[in-house]
Parts: sequence; structure tokens; C-alpha cells
Amino acid sequence: MTTPPADSIPEGRWPGLRRWLMSTSPGSRRQARLGRAYLAWLSFMENRLAVVGLAIILLLITTAALAPFIAPYPPNSPDLSERLTPMSGAHWLGTDELGRDILSRIIFGSRLTLYVIVLVAIIAAPVGLLIGTVAGYAGGWLDAVLMRITDIFLAFPKLILALAFVSALGPGIENAIIAIAITSWPPYARIARAETITIRNADFIKAARLQGAGPTRLVWGHIVPLCLSSLIVRVTLDMAGIILTAAGLGFLGLGAQPPLPEWGAMISSGRKYMLDQWWVAAMPGIAIFVVSLGFNLLGDGLRDVLDPKAEGR
Amino acid sequence: MGAGSQTSGRGRRLRRYGRKAAALIASVALTFLGLLFVTFLIGRVVPIDPVLAAVGDRAPAEVYERVRIELGLHLPLYQQFLIYIGKVLQGDLGRSVLTANAVTTDILRVFPATLELATVATLFGVLLGIPTGVLAAVHQGRWPDQVLRVVGLFGYSVPVFWLGLMGLLLFYGRLDWVPGPGRLDVFYEGLLPAKTGVILIDSALAGEWGIFRNALAHIVLPAAILGYYSLAYISRMTRSFMLEQLNQEYITTARVKGVSERSVIWRHALGNVSIPLVTVIALSYGNLLEGSVLTETVFAWPGLGFYLTQSLLSADMNAVLGGTIVVGTVFIGINMLSDALYRLMDPRAR
Repeated sequence: MTTPPADSIPEGRWPGLRRWLMSTSPGSRRQARLGRAYLAWLSFMENRLAVVGLAIILLLITTAALAPFIAPYPPNSPDLSERLTPMSGAHWLGTDELGRDILSRIIFGSRLTLYVIVLVAIIAAPVGLLIGTVAGYAGGWLDAVLMRITDIFLAFPKLILALAFVSALGPGIENAIIAIAITSWPPYARIARAETITIRNADFIKAARLQGAGPTRLVWGHIVPLCLSSLIVRVTLDMAGIILTAAGLGFLGLGAQPPLPEWGAMISSGRKYMLDQWWVAAMPGIAIFVVSLGFNLLGDGLRDVLDPKAEGR
Repeated sequence: MGAGSQTSGRGRRLRRYGRKAAALIASVALTFLGLLFVTFLIGRVVPIDPVLAAVGDRAPAEVYERVRIELGLHLPLYQQFLIYIGKVLQGDLGRSVLTANAVTTDILRVFPATLELATVATLFGVLLGIPTGVLAAVHQGRWPDQVLRVVGLFGYSVPVFWLGLMGLLLFYGRLDWVPGPGRLDVFYEGLLPAKTGVILIDSALAGEWGIFRNALAHIVLPAAILGYYSLAYISRMTRSFMLEQLNQEYITTARVKGVSERSVIWRHALGNVSIPLVTVIALSYGNLLEGSVLTETVFAWPGLGFYLTQSLLSADMNAVLGGTIVVGTVFIGINMLSDALYRLMDPRAR
């Protein structure tokens, strides 16, 4: 994106701030950084679908944070007299086989979804980043060994491997998270390694090395920050897959255990009543769909902004 | 240029091929070994004591000890791993607790059902995915492209098991267009001698068209839902390959020469796209094997995926790990095959 000449910048609500951000000759490092972030933000905002995605994710986070205040009923209070009632004013999305309000359970379930994706990202992304940058920077036999391990993990079907891990560790949401994390790091290692190799021989790395920076400092301080943007894009795009895998494990009875209001497990329990009381299985599925759609849209938008090389792929 | 230099050139090329083939085989073997190592480790960390599972918890200590030695659990881990590799290579995946059969027998019995489903699903994905991908590339940025994008986004965002349930609800429960879960109506079950295990082929061979029609009606919905993912993937890849080709000079040349637009698109461009497309189709086939786990569970389709989930629920570890090894091996095999195919067919990759 090219910066338009200063006189053509339209006057916004804070013309001074805008001019400062868009300045072609920033006075400080911070001004340059904020200016670039502002430009990225502008180009992100132009992508309407990405903004929709961001809105969905923000909605998910707000819902999860405020669940006890938004939900009309507690998530786990059975009321057998209200069993399997259809959608009504009292229960917007109906009730399930134990008479629990489905809307409230979906609202509380957003916490579990958020919990899963945040933990998987926190575990898998740094592992992949570390392995990838170390392999790419070190080269030689260390690179060969690490990449071989990565390839082996990449060659496995993810869901099957996660199934096998969960079956060994025992069902439960924590074990599902561990299993998904174990199967998700390899692509991150690949990306980080590819980025590292292109950066490794750059002049600024040589300059830093001549100034006496050791390998740790070079990798951590100079290479990792440059890998972050493509990694963030990839992690965001993967979130949808993580949500779907977690829901799949929940559906098979291997993820979150009842009575936790996990969306996949809710679909599984609604399955028995599907032909007559379809809403029990249908509603949590819509929630899963909306959230993973949000991550897909956001990821696409971020990719266009942060990683223009990969555009259109 | 003499004949001698030519033969030596050919010899060099042969040697290079040989080295590449050896490297490919070595990498596949290593990956397979890694797969076995992971399943072996998983088998070892299971909290279930395999000896107790075999002898029961009231067995006296000497029986317990004897079985422990019989199962080879007193050996050091690396020896156990070597024995494990040897067994797997001989096709011995242990015995299923649930069915009391050898896991290999069980898997051979259920595998044709998965193969049938995945093949029909891939056909669906290829037959619809390639034309839509081409259309989207030709009309880049206009409505066919947008429609394809929405189709893809939907496919990557919707949980497949939920889509399957909703499909059953709509087309079976409400509209009654398709029969319910399973491979055949109960009425037809067991009438057909299993030759290949693929009902569509078996019934056609036996001339049992009633069964064939019933099997076809049963497979349409699960295959369409499973194939939706390969449709989304194949069409997206077709689109991007086609876009790459359509911007090349030979396309302009063909147009300038007066070749019809249809021929330019479907013969010139698509012809050059076919090689990478083959690898894409192979990869999506491998992914379908995995996707079939959830789809089969929803449709009670008695294939490998259904077998895996049933075994999981009854903590039948031998069956689970055996199934994992089989799916993993097929997956690795397909990846390798598509890679080799690509190298073989595309002169630039040689």
C-alpha cells in the first residue's frame, strides 16, 4: 500500500492524529510502527468479510466473559417437567432431554470453546515456532532430525491420531486439548523454518552477529518476531479446524464429559431425539458453524493484510 | 557427440532416478516407523494393564507373572518395540476384545465399506469440483467465483457430523427421499454373497439390481456429505491452478491463433492442470478416509471409521491402534503415491 500525499488525506475526526500516523517521514520508531499498524488496520477494515469475522470472534469472547449475566437460565439445572420443549418465549432455543435451556447451555459452552482454542494455540504455536526456528537457524543434522519428526507428524491423519491419543489418555476436555495440540504443531514448525531460512542470511542478521549476538539472541530477538505474522495468520486459520476437531471429539464422547455444555457433546446427546425434537441437535451445530466461520473469515482477512505473498491461495 | 557419452548420460540419469527412488522409499519407511513408534507409545501409556485385561483381577500372582512374560512385557522397551514392528509387518495387530477376532480380520471385513464410501464421495467431489473450479477461474471475481468461495467457506466451517445429522433429518426424516442409516435396508441384509465386500460391485456382478438400487440410495447422502469437503478442496485448487495457466503466454498465443475459447480453457489450460490435479485428488482421497470416521458414525455405516469409534467407546485398544495403523499407512501410501505420480508425470519435477 502506498501512502497518499499528505494533502489528499481526508480529514477525519482527529485530523491531527491521522496526519501524524500517515506521515511519510516519521520522527520516531514508535510513530513509524503505529503508522504501519494504522495502515494495516485500514486495509483490514476494507475487507468487509474479515470485519464480520472479527465481530463474530469478539461476540464469542464477550459471550464467554459475560455468560452468567447473559444466560437466562443456569447451564445445568434439569427440569424434567420442561423436557424437550420446542422454541418459545420462555426458552428461545427450546430445552433438551433433561429440560435444560439450550440457549443458556450454548452461551456457557462458548467458554469451553474459547478454553480449547486458547490452550491449543498456547501449547502448539510456541512449540512449532521453537522447533521451526531452531531447525532453520541451526541447519545441518539438527535441522534434518527435527524436520523428519515434523514430517512424520504431518503424515498422520490428524483426527485419527487425536482419537488414538485421547483413547490412551482417557476422555476429557484436558486430554482432548493435549491430543489436538500434539497434532497441530507441525505446520507451524514448517512455516517458522521456511521463514527462518529466508531470513537467516540477511544482512541485518549478519550485522547483529558481528555485534556479538549469540544464537539464542539472534533466534529470539531477530528471527522469531519476523516469523510471527505468518504464524498468527496460520493459527487463526487453524482455529476453525481446532474447533471442529474438538467438537468432533465431543460428539464421539471423547472430549468434554457431561454435564459440561460442550457444543459437540450437546449435538451427540440431541441425536437420539433428532427426528422429532430437531432443535436439540441443530442449535449447538449452528453455534459451532458460526464461530468457525468467524475464524475462517478473520484468518482470510489477516492473511491479506499480514501476508500479502500468500494472497488468493 | 559419440554414442558413448549418450549411454553414460543415460546411466547417470538412471542412477539419479535410483537415488531419488531410494530416498523416497527411505523417507516412507521412516515415516511408517514413526507411526508405529507413536502407536506403540500410546499402547504403553494406556492406563489399562494389558496383563490384568487378559487374566482378570482374581488371577493368582504366578499366572499373572506367566502371562506377563508370555506377552513379552518383562523385556526392555526397545525389544518390545522391535517385536511389535515384527508383528505388525506380519499383519498381526493383536486381538480385539470387543469382537474376539484378530484385529486384522475385523479390519479386512469393514474396510471395503469405507473404500466404497470414500470412492463414491471422491467421484462426487471430482465430477462437481473440477468444472466449478474451472468456471470460477474463468469468471474470476464474478458471481461463479463468489458462489464457489461461499461453498468453500461453508465447507471449512461446518462440522461434518452435524451436517450429516441435518441431512438425515431433512432428506430422510422430513422429505423421505433417501433411506435411513446403514448400507442396505434390513430386508436386503445378508442376501448377497460378499465377493469384494463393496456392495455396489457385488450386487452388479450378481445381477441383483434391486439390491444395487437400494445400496445406491443408501450411499447417496453420506457420500454427498463426505464428498462436499473434497468438492470444496478440489474446486479451490482447480481454480488456483487454472488461474496460473490462464495467465501464461501460450494461452494468449492459442487465442491469437484463433483457437476457440472453449478449446483454450478445457483442452489447453485444463490439460496442463491435470497433473497437479491428480495429486490433489489423491490427497483429498486420503483425507476422506479420515473424514469418514465421523460420517460413518453418524450414518451407522459399518466401515473402518465406525469400527474405530465403536472400539474407542469400549476401550478396545488393540482395535483402536490397529485401525490407526491402517488408516495411517493408507494415508502415508497415498501421499507417497501422489508425490511419485507427480514426479513421473511432470517432466519439470524429474
